[in-house]
Amino acid sequence: MLGLDKRDLTLLAIVAVLCLCAPILLNPFPTGSELAQFNAGYPDLMQRFIIFGIFAIGFNILFGLTGYLSFGHAAFLGVGSYATVWMFKLLGYNIVPGILLSLLVSGLFALAIGYISLRRSGIYFSILTLAFAQMSFALAYSVLSPITNGETGLQVYGTDPQYLMGPDSPNIPHLFGLEMRATHFIEVGPWLWQFNAGYYFCAVVMLVAFYIAIRIFRSPFGMMLRAVKSNQQRMRYTGLNPRPYTLAAFVISGMYAGLAGGLMASMDPLAGAERMQWTASGEVVLMTILGGAGTLIGPVLGAGMIKYLENILSKINDSILHQWFSFLPDGLEDAAVFMIHPFIGKGWHLTLGIIFMLVVIFLPGGLVEGGQRIGRLFRRRGKASDDAVHPPKAAPHVGE
Amino acid sequence: MGILEVKGVNKRFGGLQALGDVNLSVAENSVHAIIGPNGAGKSTLLNCLVGKLIPDTGSVMFDGQSVLGRTPHEINQMGISRVFQTPEIFGDLTVFENVMIPCFARRDGAFRLHAFETVMNEQSLVEQAEEILTDMNMIDKRHMHSASLSRGDKRRLEMAMCLVQEPRLLLLDEPTAGMARADTNNTIDLLREIKEKRDITMAIIEHDMHVVFSLADRITVLAQGTPLVEDIPEKIKGHPKVQEAYLGQAQ
Repeated sequence: MLGLDKRDLTLLAIVAVLCLCAPILLNPFPTGSELAQFNAGYPDLMQRFIIFGIFAIGFNILFGLTGYLSFGHAAFLGVGSYATVWMFKLLGYNIVPGILLSLLVSGLFALAIGYISLRRSGIYFSILTLAFAQMSFALAYSVLSPITNGETGLQVYGTDPQYLMGPDSPNIPHLFGLEMRATHFIEVGPWLWQFNAGYYFCAVVMLVAFYIAIRIFRSPFGMMLRAVKSNQQRMRYTGLNPRPYTLAAFVISGMYAGLAGGLMASMDPLAGAERMQWTASGEVVLMTILGGAGTLIGPVLGAGMIKYLENILSKINDSILHQWFSFLPDGLEDAAVFMIHPFIGKGWHLTLGIIFMLVVIFLPGGLVEGGQRIGRLFRRRGKASDDAVHPPKAAPHVGE
Repeated sequence: MGILEVKGVNKRFGGLQALGDVNLSVAENSVHAIIGPNGAGKSTLLNCLVGKLIPDTGSVMFDGQSVLGRTPHEINQMGISRVFQTPEIFGDLTVFENVMIPCFARRDGAFRLHAFETVMNEQSLVEQAEEILTDMNMIDKRHMHSASLSRGDKRRLEMAMCLVQEPRLLLLDEPTAGMARADTNNTIDLLREIKEKRDITMAIIEHDMHVVFSLADRITVLAQGTPLVEDIPEKIKGHPKVQEAYLGQAQ
């Protein structure tokens, strides 16, 4: 079905079900309980999971398949955001033209940057992309202020033309009248679930993006991209030109980033230059590696994990810690709080750094490899003499 | 006229004359060996044939067309495949995928954005790949990571990747370098089999006399960048100049 084999279809179905039920699954703790601060099931954060998931899926098409490490992907995200906000300003708050334009503009931008950067490989390629992204960032901040509104960031003003705005069109981003902000609350017992229109729109877009990524991974084109990573010399002497393959991968992943940027602006009609900064580019690299570069689901997991830590850990402060450890004697309580203090609140980067280090050292394949190892552990029980019977292990399926 | 015609090729690296006025004609459906001591310019010559190096002067014609100024992938698309001294394969891919890639390259050319097809749906290409793997006795290993193959198997795989393209000229760069005697003999048998079964021209660069004399129809001896003699193997063996430049040294 859908041109996918059974395994990929299962994966897609699982992701779809998880997306559908996320508002429930991410809110495991009753509202008002002490653990409620670990809940992630509110629209703003869930949208971010999805949007950065798309960003990372696209980044993985370039980095995971071809091995070309771009340090400038945030530039495409920023360009996508600007394009969408401009559509809001010129045409009106329907998000469809904005998202289409963000795809187009980021694709063209990626074509230009990729055409130049892909003349080099390895570290030189990374540096070139980084340079381009930082140039874009600096330009957006200063020279291009008429387009980007500089430091303030691009936003929609009452004086903007908005030619396609009807008299009763909503005055916030909407999809043919369905406001992105619209949220349906359901209370079940102590739980409060929030079903947000914007989130579900993003989720549908992500499922499409994920489906396309699976198709690319399984296509001859995807195989060629892995060949680029493996041995360019052999590729050339097999009559294939690696350059257009890498450029196509670069443009596709740039368009994913632009799409993510467009969605970001659609959820919150603002676009600032800081979205293009190198820290944002670095973040998507972390997400992809943390989740598992070259795997299908890894980047989404990595994006979710980083955004979760960013939002949840950074909210925990000392007084919450004191509450947790109040059962300890006073001296010990203070000591415990003192020990944990650097890892929470503003120190969440430290926690992320440690997790990242542990993953890279012990699970080079990322969280996905962790999952696979656990899976293998369970499978091995029961049939321990498996290895002796079977011939050498077959290579794992790509993106397993 | 041969399928490959090299005329008056010169190549200089700084002060070193790597190739000096090399003329070579490889006849269609023959095995032509190029031998010579270390530093004779064998590899330089080969690199000039595949577009990795551009000769300073002279011409290289393949099937009536010049290969000079073309990139390696263009030259491959003309029908020249190359086997490297150390096997160059796609180590991260499975054996089967390694063979599928040249199948796609042959059908679709240097680039095609086939992002929405599925590899396994290309029935005729899959059959081609399976056929060549069966021919090479590698069909059982099709799902293995090619990096985990033994060196001999890597060589077979590389050979399979070249042959599945059905090249008109197969260039082999020291196919038995660093192999044990038994492996060398296996490679000789493999090449002989390929020669008998397929309409293919082979040019072999080789160090090992045993390999050369058991395979070649014609031999060119290079020394210091220039061809000393070119003849059939029986005459090369006893040729005084060759004895002096090459065989004599070895004994």
